[in-house]
Amino acid sequence: MNMVKALFRRELQSYFATPVAYVFIVIFLMLMGAFTFYLGGFYERGQADLRAFFNFHPWLYLFLVPAIAMRLWAEERKSGTVEFLMTLPITPMQAVVGKFLAAWAFTGIALFLTFPIWITVNYLGEPDNGTILAAYIGSFLMAGGFLAIGSCLSACTRNQVIAFVLSVVVCFGFLLSGFPLVLDLFSGWAPQVLVDGVASLSFLTHFADISRGVIDLRDLVYFALVIAAFLYANTIVLNWKQAD
Amino acid sequence: MLETKGLTKRYGRHTVVDDLSFTCKPGEVLGFLGPNGAGKSTTMKMVTGFVAPSAGTASICGHDILTDTLAAQRRMGYLPEGAPLYAEMTPLQFLDFVADVRGLSGSKRRQRLDEVISLLHLAPVLAQSIDTLSKGFKRRVGLAQAILHDPDVLILDEPTDGLDPNQKHEVRQLIRSMSEDKLIVISTHILEEVNAVCTRAIIIADGRILVDDTPNNLTEQGDGDLDAVFRRVTQGGRVAKAEAAT
Repeated sequence: MNMVKALFRRELQSYFATPVAYVFIVIFLMLMGAFTFYLGGFYERGQADLRAFFNFHPWLYLFLVPAIAMRLWAEERKSGTVEFLMTLPITPMQAVVGKFLAAWAFTGIALFLTFPIWITVNYLGEPDNGTILAAYIGSFLMAGGFLAIGSCLSACTRNQVIAFVLSVVVCFGFLLSGFPLVLDLFSGWAPQVLVDGVASLSFLTHFADISRGVIDLRDLVYFALVIAAFLYANTIVLNWKQAD
Repeated sequence: MLETKGLTKRYGRHTVVDDLSFTCKPGEVLGFLGPNGAGKSTTMKMVTGFVAPSAGTASICGHDILTDTLAAQRRMGYLPEGAPLYAEMTPLQFLDFVADVRGLSGSKRRQRLDEVISLLHLAPVLAQSIDTLSKGFKRRVGLAQAILHDPDVLILDEPTDGLDPNQKHEVRQLIRSMSEDKLIVISTHILEEVNAVCTRAIIIADGRILVDDTPNNLTEQGDGDLDAVFRRVTQGGRVAKAEAAT
């Protein structure tokens, strides 16, 4: 646990030692605002809720979260620091978890900084703050899912561009797996069970459930499993690379 | 104690390290010599647990690097080739992180940090980000990281590469001063370094040990010219191999 803490601290420190953190947070907040007020029609809807805000989270995360995740391992590989890191008395699992938690905390900070919109909606009307809290939790969990996927793919390559593009594609698949675009790939040949299975993997449906204010244990377990599975895959990739 | 048993690394059909076995005792400074591509760095990567061997294993102070990895890694300090560091951190942040991972705390932590900072003259650059440092300082930060926890076994991959003559001299003095109670392995292709710091030299080429002797004996064999011995041994091997192939 101490190792994870040390790694977590180092990683988070590194985000704020470079412009990466500030650029990311500013862009994230600007895009969030632009989407909510212009595309989402926050005022025009005339309703005191944050639907217009949360609806765009999956699509913003699709590009912004892989941008954070791409450097997690690819950069270490490129600069050679991975050799230093993996010869410290740290298990691959500790390294993976420490790095992931730091990146997740960082997205959490960015998400937290959207609070002015929550203040705005409370100023304008009387929203259901329970629903809003649930949607924030759902959004944070979804960001974790995207990050775990991105972290795993980042470990596969030393090239951050490749890591980014691969992550966007895989995240897109997960996002839309409940929709015809992805399901049609399977429905022609696969048994119905598999098609249903793929359909139930959709980030979008699970996030939509939570953001309506219904925190179902199944949705929480779903995101926890996605994160755990990809982090486990991440350590397997690291072990492979070690044998390489 | 450092021991390798039949250490082998193959990439496809190409064998980089071929059945390497040697034992090294505390107090020894082992110079690992060989032409570029001889397998020096690969051997070090396997000994430190970064790369998994295709066959064989290594152990550090009795801890097998494959089965008892963490215990082995706790007992050693390692300077990888080129001294890779987190460029965006300052040396102080970096050493703090290493101290965390190495489990140093309280007065012991402060004492060790002060010690390595003064030993490697890092005080003037502590608050500067690492990527703005000169090559010499970067190398010294890398060395500081490796010796911070006062390890029993020190593995240094080309510790003086890229340093100016004064810095080289200092690093060599540092290695000599630590050699009494530690086991130190350095890889190098600078032959004068072997005479300057090593008590034992292993010359490898094509992943195999060609010579294992003291620097003095080697120099005598070459009539005072270590270069001549190195050339004869490493190129002789190649000639013999070519003859065997025809």
